[in-house]
Amino acid sequence: MAYLELNNICKTYGQGANEMEVLSNINLKIEEGEFVAIVGFTGSGKTTLVNLINGLLAPTSGAVLFKGAPVVDTSHERGVIFQNYSLLPWLTVEQNVLMAVKEAFPEKNKKELKTIVADYVEMVSLTPAMHKRPKELSGGMRQRVAVARALAMKPEMIIMDEPLGALDALTRGNLQDEILNIWGKDKRTALLITNDVDEGIYMADRIIPLRPGPNATLGPEFKIDLERPRDKTAMNDNANFKKTRNAIIEYLMDIGNERKTEAKEAYILPDLVPKDFVNQFKFGN
Amino acid sequence: MRTIIEQKIPKIITKSTPFPSNEVMLDLKNLKKVYPTPKGDYVVLEDLNLQIKKEEFVTIIGHSGCGKTTMLSMIAGLNPISGGNISVLGKHIRGPGPDRGVIFQSPSLMPWMTSLQNVLLGVNQVFPDATKSQRNAIAKYYLQKVGLEDSFHKKASELSQGMQQRVGIARAFAIKPKVLLLDEPFGMLDSLTRGELQDILIEIWNKEKITAVMITHDVDEAIFLADRVVMMTSGPKAKIGDILDINFERPRTRKSVLEHDDYYTYRKHLIDFLEH
Repeated sequence: MAYLELNNICKTYGQGANEMEVLSNINLKIEEGEFVAIVGFTGSGKTTLVNLINGLLAPTSGAVLFKGAPVVDTSHERGVIFQNYSLLPWLTVEQNVLMAVKEAFPEKNKKELKTIVADYVEMVSLTPAMHKRPKELSGGMRQRVAVARALAMKPEMIIMDEPLGALDALTRGNLQDEILNIWGKDKRTALLITNDVDEGIYMADRIIPLRPGPNATLGPEFKIDLERPRDKTAMNDNANFKKTRNAIIEYLMDIGNERKTEAKEAYILPDLVPKDFVNQFKFGN
Repeated sequence: MRTIIEQKIPKIITKSTPFPSNEVMLDLKNLKKVYPTPKGDYVVLEDLNLQIKKEEFVTIIGHSGCGKTTMLSMIAGLNPISGGNISVLGKHIRGPGPDRGVIFQSPSLMPWMTSLQNVLLGVNQVFPDATKSQRNAIAKYYLQKVGLEDSFHKKASELSQGMQQRVGIARAFAIKPKVLLLDEPFGMLDSLTRGELQDILIEIWNKEKITAVMITHDVDEAIFLADRVVMMTSGPKAKIGDILDINFERPRTRKSVLEHDDYYTYRKHLIDFLEH
């Protein structure tokens, strides 16, 4: 029995003539302790898939099994980092994280809870912003709060829906390392949804492409056979890395090429020379 | 790392030895940019020298905040020069002009206009003597090239971000600039759309034979598109740190580039530069 299992999942939205199947025949097994990345593109149904796994949505047919039992509701065993942060705007950074921690550890006293919050806020380098509200924070800082909130619950499984997309390269790299740290140290299971192949290769044991919707299905899996910890610079010398990376990118390029459409009409470009405006516009006035 | 970058400078000087002047499209000489602040002057760029050849595609990488956008907006003529000069085909620039087209990071379209009207806005300025049907043909030609044949009459506000950025590309090419300046144009798009638009960009660039200067954060994009990748040092007082020649044949396909023996050597070099 796999840790997380998706059996023939289909999900449709709308009814009658407006019915649209977003996901078709999704089958996926994740073993305990594994790190799996699903690479998909805008509009392919990634977020729908995440919501089916975390229990916010129910599949139209098929079943989601977590440790052998069907997923019927959300649970703090499965911590989610959402793409759009989903913070409560009227609460401070500390209060946002505390709320989740309280839910996950009802037996702990206030002091213990606050220590956990402080540790995780520190981990995402937001201690100076502890008492600020989300609207006083930049997008990247908000996303770091969301990361701290999800990880502070010490979930058995971490589910990430494009968690780092809005961040600059440096912050992104730091948070990737923090997530990997926690995943490795506490033997968690992780599912990462991303549109960045390199993020998937750096973090995951397996990469599975999600073919674009409607009727999105999972493509063939690519095993990432690289020792951990991985080094983003040194990986470029690894033959295995090059081969796997090229295979994934080529697979995705082929999907892209299938989407191209043929031109309907031939427009002919008139042979004209643009007017010479040299220095017509000047700085200042 | 700073010291290592400094040590590389002799090499850079050899690399930027002047091209024959008839081959130079864009020439940045001892460029300097200073922003006054209450605490005194903040020098963003200093002694920045860069020559770009006709029909060359140059990509620029560097850490956030190093002054890449400042440099590009100075070339565009949108940001005054504090010292040194910039010339296009030997003439000093004194402000913006249609000889330099710009594609910004956000599409910067007029939201109430259709994609066709947005492109025509530029075309009408640059081809004042053309007939209406000629102008329409130009706008439609480029919109079709970027894959928007079915969206001529859709308002910009009805288009997805990827589609809006396509309009931006069509608009920039339609005015037939001598130099195309691109400031992280695909930064906000998912990687599939980004790949598609890179292909479109390079296809039109191949055909139009213009000079392109593009800022990017994406190392793979920098290599795939460029003849040379320019690495800027971190500010303040940013300058050109190193230049990497990309010796891949053109036209390139992503597949042939990925499988080229040197690809991952280039990639490592650039990641190494950015990680330190």
